[in-house]
Amino acid sequence: MSDIILDVSIGPQSVTRDDTKRLMTDVLIALAPSALWGMYVFGLEAVLTLLISVAACVGFEYVYTKLMKLPTSIGDFSAVVTGLLLGMNLSSTVPWWLCIIGAFVAIIFAKMLFGGLGYNFINPALAARCFLLISFTARMTSFTYDAVTGPTPLAVMKTDGYGAVNLLDMFLGYKGGVIGEVSILALLLGAAYLLIRRVITLRIPLAYILTFTVYTFFFGQFQFDWYYTLLQLCTGGIVLGAFFMATDYTTSPVTPKGEIVFGILLGLLTGLFRGPNSEGVSYAIIIGNLLVPLIERATVPRFFGKEAKRKNG
Amino acid sequence: MLTFRGGVHPYDGKDLTMNCAIQDLDADDIMVFPMVQHLGAPANPMVKRGERVLVGQIIGEASGFISANVVSSVSGKVKAVEPRVITTGAKVMSVVVENDREYEAVEGYGQPRDWKKLSNDEIRRIIKDAGIVGMGGAGFPANVKLMPGDDEAIEYIIINGAECEPYLTSDYRLMLEEPERLIGGLEILLHMFPNAKAYIGIEKNKPQAIELLEEMTRDNDRIIISPLKTKYPQGGERMLIYAITKRKVHSRKLPKDAGCIVHNVDTCMGIYRAVAESIPSIKRIVTVSGDAVAHPCNFRVYNGTKAQSIIDAAGGYSKTPFRIIAGGPMMGMAQHSMEIPATKNLSALLVFTKKLAAHYDETNCIRCGKCVNVCPEFLAPVIMMNDVQTGDFDGFEKHNGMECIECGSCAYICPARRKLTQNFKLGKLRVGMKRRAEAEKKKKEEAEKKAAEAAAAEDKQEEATVAASANAKEKPDKAAVDTKEKAGKATSVDTEDDSEKTASVAEQPADKAKQLDDMPEKTADEESVSAKGAATPESAASPAPELVAQSVKERREAVPEPMQA
Repeated sequence: MSDIILDVSIGPQSVTRDDTKRLMTDVLIALAPSALWGMYVFGLEAVLTLLISVAACVGFEYVYTKLMKLPTSIGDFSAVVTGLLLGMNLSSTVPWWLCIIGAFVAIIFAKMLFGGLGYNFINPALAARCFLLISFTARMTSFTYDAVTGPTPLAVMKTDGYGAVNLLDMFLGYKGGVIGEVSILALLLGAAYLLIRRVITLRIPLAYILTFTVYTFFFGQFQFDWYYTLLQLCTGGIVLGAFFMATDYTTSPVTPKGEIVFGILLGLLTGLFRGPNSEGVSYAIIIGNLLVPLIERATVPRFFGKEAKRKNG
Repeated sequence: MLTFRGGVHPYDGKDLTMNCAIQDLDADDIMVFPMVQHLGAPANPMVKRGERVLVGQIIGEASGFISANVVSSVSGKVKAVEPRVITTGAKVMSVVVENDREYEAVEGYGQPRDWKKLSNDEIRRIIKDAGIVGMGGAGFPANVKLMPGDDEAIEYIIINGAECEPYLTSDYRLMLEEPERLIGGLEILLHMFPNAKAYIGIEKNKPQAIELLEEMTRDNDRIIISPLKTKYPQGGERMLIYAITKRKVHSRKLPKDAGCIVHNVDTCMGIYRAVAESIPSIKRIVTVSGDAVAHPCNFRVYNGTKAQSIIDAAGGYSKTPFRIIAGGPMMGMAQHSMEIPATKNLSALLVFTKKLAAHYDETNCIRCGKCVNVCPEFLAPVIMMNDVQTGDFDGFEKHNGMECIECGSCAYICPARRKLTQNFKLGKLRVGMKRRAEAEKKKKEEAEKKAAEAAAAEDKQEEATVAASANAKEKPDKAAVDTKEKAGKATSVDTEDDSEKTASVAEQPADKAKQLDDMPEKTADEESVSAKGAATPESAASPAPELVAQSVKERREAVPEPMQA
């Protein structure tokens, strides 16, 4: 059968089904409960914010690749993830053009200018959020809950003490805040899905949350108070950040030890930043992102059997 | 459960052939025996065109310490001794035999032997003569593995029955069908290594084999069956040793350093056949499987049979094949032609359609770190990949690239379809080339240094001779001889070539001086030593007088001119 042309290659000849697109789809599935809860709580405004963010991110990436004559990369769904994360990091009250500016910063500045997927050094969605926070502080920090515009529970706690908020409400998601951070329950459901699908490991989130818990317990506003510590965990973006933003593949270390170091670092930074103001997670993760190459260099794993060699001298 | 850290769980596809009993396959009319069927130096062809060879005759002789004999599996006339393409894609010298189908064997072939009376060295020689190599795929000569230096120091004999490569079932079938040979082989090994216990590692997806062997070894407390977790690459030598003994072996440490000897199931049976039944390595089990072959099955194949004949025997192709793999899907090589001969290390022929075979374009690395998580060697493939792609092979070496066992786990798990393992093979090749070049350079430098040292000694000797003849008239001959002796000692270990080099250097004093200026401090020290030696001739003559005398003679022959001066 010499008419058959055989394909020649070296092993491995089979690969897993989980490609980049599948992993991004998994992240989208995992984000869905929280996004849906956000839409339920904040209504049509939230739906529009999310839709505009996603559409703008995908659109910018498509236009950029066309203009630069690059192969279109929107098929890997990473722009959808960025868009959804961006939308979930915005208040439902932001005007539509803020979403578009955010999408532009996230996709063009943070991602594509550095080479696209895999080459960005900071989380695009968070880069955009921080950019918007600095540029449009008032619009970004105006939150509406139950048709009442007010500060987030984190800000309430800072001024009025924690008696003003209820832990269960915080956990289930009956509170104000950005669209994606309100229901801890929904976020944990998504996180469980990611862990079961092995998209992420527990290393970063666990190190992050544990460090933050310990820090808050000992050095927080109300020291040695478990109820306050739990409240701190259920407010703000720490769960969203720990499971969905800090674990972003590209901007977190690839080495297992590095992931733990990264998580601890984020926990400490978040604790530090939450002291004086109510914006901790985003800045902590962005700064952590910048330190990733250093962390990686210091935590290259010791290869199999190396310690045995050391024992023998 | 016994296992290692890392690894992947590929679809195993073993159902296709798991229950297919081994069938004997007839030999071809034309048989091809490549001189490379093993790891190490190629064998030297021992027969010429037109000669008649017999079954069991050594037609290729091992050409080095790590090399293996090649044995004819049929009788017939040698048709040609010419290069043929083998599974690696390389053309290697091969003996082509026209099968006369008489299967006339060499004397003593197939005769039972009482191995209990044999010494270890006799057993090793028999195994070497029989051309037994690792049947798992790498083909490392079995007799070399059985030479740990100290036979008493071996604590573990590990039999690799993991068969972690997907689709392969040849070892499984052998364990089910010929367990007595496996146990027999183990008894030989236990006889050789009196302080060892034997462990047969079998993945848990082969419960029947575990049960059967446990039943058979119940009364033998030196043979232990170790069920292993089903995970790739459980059958990797280092992973298997770790799973069973918790000892770790790396690229600069051999299994024997951890008190272990690891053999594949089929290799162990080959040892039994060679030692107890006087049958050399002439057949092996080949699994024919995949989604494009009509009847997936296991064949007992004569070495030298054409791959096409094996596939035809399995009913040929049922669909258009896209890729045919020699070996397992994780580490095997896809072949461009089925004209290749079956060799000792051909464990399988997997015929895949386009649907089953991995063919993807590489996309951007998303730095997910999955490769780091699955690497059984605890390497960071993502970092090593960067090194190879930027041509930084020093970086590749620094990031422990040479520890890579090429198991393919990283490339399997990569969501961006990066060709990681494939690039590491390149990286390892380049680093290996670099190391060889450096070793050669070092050798050359050492030779040059030696020549320069000799020249330095020459220099002193010349001065001493001049001084002796100028100052002392009483014993000029003795002084000359003593200094000559000193000079001779300095070069006594050199080869003739070096002496000649020295001579030419000595004839050109200007060049010599320049060379001395360039010499490092060490040489300067030695120079001063030789100067001392010249000053006190008694001490110079002390070591090995006959050697010195001999070298003085050589010296005279090699460098006549300065002597006379």
